Amino acid sequence: MSSNKNCEVSENSEQNLEKREYSVGEILKQRGVSRRDFLKFCSAMTAAMSLPASFAPSVAQALDEVKRPTLVWLNFQDCTGDTEALLRAANPTVGEIVLDILSVDYHETIMAAAGHQADEALENTITKYKGKYLCVVEGSISIKDDGVYGCTSGKTHLEIARRVCGGALATIAIGTCASYGGIAAAVPNPTGAVGVKDAVPGATVINLPGCPCNADNLTATVVHYLVFGKIPAMDSKGRPLFAYGKRIHDNCERRPHFDAGQYVEHWGDEAHRKGFCLYKMGCKGPATFHNCPTQRYNEKTSWPVASGHGCAGCSEPGFWDTMSPMYKRLPNVPGFGIEHTADQIGLGMAVGVGAAFAAHGVISALRKDKKAAVKTKEG
Amino acid sequence: MARIVVDPITRIEGHLRIEAEIEGGFIKDAWSSATMFRGIEKILRGRDPRDAWFWTQRFCGVCTTVHSIASVRAVEDALKIKIPPNAQLIRNIIMGIQNVQDHVIHFYHLHALDWVDITSGLKADPTKTAALAASLSDWPNNSATYFKAIQDKVKAFVASGRLGPFANAYWGHPAYKLPPEANLMATAHYLEALEWQKDVIKIHAILGSKNPHPQSFLVGGMSIPIDPDSQNALNADKLFEIKRLLKKAQDFVEKVYIPDLLAVASFYKEWAGIGGGLGNYMSFGEFPDANGNLWFPAGALLNRDLSKVIKVDQGKIAEYVDHSWFDNSAGAGKGLHPFEGETEVRYTGPKPPYKNLDTNAKYSFVKSPRYEEKAMEVGPLARILVAYASGHKETKAVVDLVLGKLEVGAPALFSTLGRTAARGIDALLIAQQTPKWLDELIGNIAKGDYRIHNNESWDPSTWPAEAKGYGFHEAPRGALGHWIKIKDKKIFNYQAVVPSTWNASPRDAKGQRGAYEAALVGTPVADPNKPLEILRTIHSFDPCLACAVHVMDINGNEVVKVKVS
Repeated sequence: MSSNKNCEVSENSEQNLEKREYSVGEILKQRGVSRRDFLKFCSAMTAAMSLPASFAPSVAQALDEVKRPTLVWLNFQDCTGDTEALLRAANPTVGEIVLDILSVDYHETIMAAAGHQADEALENTITKYKGKYLCVVEGSISIKDDGVYGCTSGKTHLEIARRVCGGALATIAIGTCASYGGIAAAVPNPTGAVGVKDAVPGATVINLPGCPCNADNLTATVVHYLVFGKIPAMDSKGRPLFAYGKRIHDNCERRPHFDAGQYVEHWGDEAHRKGFCLYKMGCKGPATFHNCPTQRYNEKTSWPVASGHGCAGCSEPGFWDTMSPMYKRLPNVPGFGIEHTADQIGLGMAVGVGAAFAAHGVISALRKDKKAAVKTKEG
Repeated sequence: MARIVVDPITRIEGHLRIEAEIEGGFIKDAWSSATMFRGIEKILRGRDPRDAWFWTQRFCGVCTTVHSIASVRAVEDALKIKIPPNAQLIRNIIMGIQNVQDHVIHFYHLHALDWVDITSGLKADPTKTAALAASLSDWPNNSATYFKAIQDKVKAFVASGRLGPFANAYWGHPAYKLPPEANLMATAHYLEALEWQKDVIKIHAILGSKNPHPQSFLVGGMSIPIDPDSQNALNADKLFEIKRLLKKAQDFVEKVYIPDLLAVASFYKEWAGIGGGLGNYMSFGEFPDANGNLWFPAGALLNRDLSKVIKVDQGKIAEYVDHSWFDNSAGAGKGLHPFEGETEVRYTGPKPPYKNLDTNAKYSFVKSPRYEEKAMEVGPLARILVAYASGHKETKAVVDLVLGKLEVGAPALFSTLGRTAARGIDALLIAQQTPKWLDELIGNIAKGDYRIHNNESWDPSTWPAEAKGYGFHEAPRGALGHWIKIKDKKIFNYQAVVPSTWNASPRDAKGQRGAYEAALVGTPVADPNKPLEILRTIHSFDPCLACAVHVMDINGNEVVKVKVS
């Protein structure tokens, strides 16, 4: 039967691979991607990683040298939104990621195999490349009642995560659910949903929260690893500083209107049409760390504030509870300096927001010093 | 009799498991099980009803707009809010392109590999492939050079020895019937569609900030402002970018998707007699005009009878949990209307890791919705059949054209192939219609109408102490309903009955199978170890399981801790 023949082809090719491994640069060349396009991609990645443009050549050099790394992608308590975000990636495109840059050996949404053949593919990969593969997790992991609220091929997601993330070089928690439990973990968290780091404490986890995650931040994280040979620097919430190092409010194109006291008061009013600040309509930009204003979405087409709607705070842990109701304005937001990272003010701010809503808006103004943040937490 | 298990069913949204009994090369019985649960409806209780769209949007990131639409409609129904015409048109455009993009992704990236053997395409003659493609349409990429480049790309990929997501599949299975040239053509279009889908969906970014999960929905309208004289609003520049992208969407559907669909279908005509299933179909209708009249009509059909379209009444929907992992204090065998329901999750399945589910007992996190106690199929096939049977002019023309090209009669539609064909027909109709809504929007703006939101009931202080409403949406995967009860300005109860709940449902109290289960009965399986045929029929429904699994509880006394102040 021809199926056997095909199996032989791939087995032989596996042997060929042992003899000769291709670099990303070589593979791209083989696939007809021009050097010019490759360098363009490297420049885009350099920008996404917030590196100076002069780094582009070293990105290119590193990709020329690095082999096509193995990646497995696990879907747990998810909505597949982060996979869809991956499908919208432009630099590189998902086609390039799958065919040229990485070897995506397991991804239920796109893979051809199903059932036990899919299981085998995962098993083969994590055994053969143990300690060397990258894992991406999408969705939270239920730990209540021994994890029965999430099963694939008869095994709990908790068991799968322990095994697969545990043997990975590093795990990227893509989206807010995999990072922190996300929507399923919102009060009253019916299934005991948690993020990867809580489910598999021993794993090396990089959190890329956002609902969905910006695909550019995923590719930049992978390229960061390929180029520098290490995982990016992260804040205390496990987020890479290159993408979550600054507050939305501080990079927002509408910031001058906030400073000038020009606010949207009603949907569709003149201020709304003119692009004034959405703070009074509930924008959570002042409490959210994410590079949306600069990186934007869908090939930099837009981002929430540009569509006239406030930021929902989706990259912050627990935002579903701490940042809602969505249209309730944040308590008094003083002008923090942009030099502060999430670790210095974000935590106090986020907790402050939750506390403020719980206390029906009674809250003292947040201060940037730690002491005041602690007070807010208590208040 | 052999029982086989396919878990995970890949190339779908969510976690679906199929168990099937095979006898004499055919499926004798089948069970559909959803194995993941989150409980978002329970999480919604106590929150601001105006936020509900943002939460329910996270039911699903694939049909990423549909729960937002149903949710704002439910709240608008409860609070008697009429949205401005421009907001309706913007929603129509968002829904339209969602539908078209979703269907193309489904055909090429989720379903095609059930029919297309990529490895066979490596043996194709690029010149003959070009001739085949040119005989089907005048798409500019139909050259031998183009197909040769794609073939070389795939060859180099295979030669690298790392097949990635294409490893361990059913390549070479005897049920694959396309000649090498058709396989190569489809492979090329698989890659092309991957590029296309990310471009055309930028319409969602223009109108709603991003995709997936656009963020410009509002109870009462939309948040994207309109002002031709502002750089921060929908202006001529953005409107014409949308126009360009809609044209791109329409071109691809007309010149690539439909020709490919017809070409592939012509090799698999036996599948017009397989996978028919329930024979009951329901559509909620969609695309309202300014007066609320629907472009696609709503209705239901029973027992494959196209001569009688039944009017759909939301009051006749009830959900059963006799084979679902939920409690029901109303008693065994009792169905409950979404407004009145009461359900608590209780997993009683085998302790993982398990090999088989006990399908005589409860076996899924999906409930069993029924219409007047009847199991119904929903989706593009139901939508198209209801429109066809209602005499919808545009639908009738396209359906007759497709049936004519395939040289089959209307009964061929009641099948796996019919489901796949109907999705293409749906995409074509909507791709051709959406530009008209854009023109209408542009016309309104030209007349100076910039309204996007009805503010009258935005402030919760204007709301009654109690209100309830429902929102219907004919989503890409079919009939979707959200039901909301509002009390003291907060969500008291929220319930969604979604397309994949109808289709993926387990048996009900009477033992009636759900749509997937019924469609699988009688399906041939050539090799039980490689059940490609199961994937064909299941994928023809385009399952979306994260949406399908949910819970609600109106009588629970637990107080949600998040305060809405």
